[in-house]
Amino acid sequence: MTGLRWDWATAWAVLPDLLRGLSLTVEATVAGSIIALFLGLCWTIVRVGRIPVVSPAVQLLVEFLRGTPFLVQLYFLFYVLPTYGLTLPALQTGALGLGLYYSAYTSEVFRAGIEAVPAGQWESCLTLGLPLWRVWAGIVLPQAMRIAVPMLGNYVIVMFKETALLSTITVMELTAQATNAGFRTFRFVEPLTLVGLLYFLLSYPAARLVHALEHRGAVQH
Amino acid sequence: MLSNTDLGRQPAPAASAGVRPLAAMRGVVKSYGARRVLDGIDLDLREREHVAIIGPSGSGKTTILRLLIGLERPDAGDIVIDGEHLWFERRGGTVVPAGERHARRVRRAVGMVFQHFNLFPHMTALQNVREPIVQVLRLGREESEAQAADLLRQVGLDTHLHHRPAQLSGGQQQRVAIARSLALKPKIMLFDEVTSALDPELVGEVLRVVRELAHATNMSMVVVTHEITFAADIADRVLMFDAGKIVEDGPPAQVLKDPANPRTRQFLRAILER
Repeated sequence: MTGLRWDWATAWAVLPDLLRGLSLTVEATVAGSIIALFLGLCWTIVRVGRIPVVSPAVQLLVEFLRGTPFLVQLYFLFYVLPTYGLTLPALQTGALGLGLYYSAYTSEVFRAGIEAVPAGQWESCLTLGLPLWRVWAGIVLPQAMRIAVPMLGNYVIVMFKETALLSTITVMELTAQATNAGFRTFRFVEPLTLVGLLYFLLSYPAARLVHALEHRGAVQH
Repeated sequence: MLSNTDLGRQPAPAASAGVRPLAAMRGVVKSYGARRVLDGIDLDLREREHVAIIGPSGSGKTTILRLLIGLERPDAGDIVIDGEHLWFERRGGTVVPAGERHARRVRRAVGMVFQHFNLFPHMTALQNVREPIVQVLRLGREESEAQAADLLRQVGLDTHLHHRPAQLSGGQQQRVAIARSLALKPKIMLFDEVTSALDPELVGEVLRVVRELAHATNMSMVVVTHEITFAADIADRVLMFDAGKIVEDGPPAQVLKDPANPRTRQFLRAILER
């Protein structure tokens, strides 16, 4: 009946490994988010720019990323790419997979933000003769971002939790450390409870922050 | 800016003087889907001339401004701004459809003020007016700020330099928009129903600014408006639009007081009885 009683000694013993895992989880989230935001913005600009051949191709890529399971994409990057001579460390592969998959979703968010910028803003820019890069960087994106940032924040939180799947490609992040500790000590209740708490400890304040951003955005519009 | 302010406005040259028009439209046709908004427009705008355009909504008044500044491409016909074709350019001895770069250069001569101001909401009044000065004229920080502040002073907003559009009234926002469109010193200014989105008590301050520009500068102006007394005051010439055509064209004293076209009479009666 050892599994039913909470054992502080086990909890303390597994905590250092869990914290090490948490740090990998955060690393993967940060790297994945940067990739997802950067690629998502690229996809959006190409899609909105209506470039022949390129825009439909990117559109199809986005649909593909959204229409296939994250785990399949992850396995593909981890097991298939090395057979073509492309081998990345597990953490990098995980961050890339996360970023690629969620770039399809952030792209939708960027697109919604850009489409929410009134046509009159573009017309003002045109009549003032502003250069195109300035129209994007100085006028359209800052306004689109105000709408997009809360939604993007939500996706960062989702990505933070989805990093648990990186355990399937040998990344020793938080969840992997927890199950590992369980198998090592034959006690699962302490590591898995702590893992739940650690995820929540980070995601809850983040969710509150996103909520606050949503309200700030609502007031300014 | 507006160094000619003190000199006052010189009269527009007479129509028969044979001078090159500042802007010209020939046979301009524009449709949105199946609806023909402009149906073969010929129009000359002379230097320093002020043209007021009146007519019912949907008659093509706004479209003609959008064509003059190149926001829309005509389906047929030609538009010349300050001696250059807006949508055609000469390349290697032949005339070809113009690229965006050419259109942008030609458009430089034209400024436009919109019904809904279209200020940049994330920038202060000063930053809004500075934007074209920095990005198009490529002036440095100090010089651009001085010019922008000077323009805002001319529209009576030197006390609101650091307010954002959301902190300004509609009338103040529209005056910032006017200052911004003056920043590139256009030869032609287009005003698209600039008071129709305003609360009635804010109309006066905006009309006053436009009047001042009309009387004190040598810019050509095309003003789409429903304010008949305002049109009579600033215009050298009034055009009545109906169903995509110019149905009457003459001095304000004639078109507004003694219209020849029954459609104009009917429209003016409806507006004045409002």
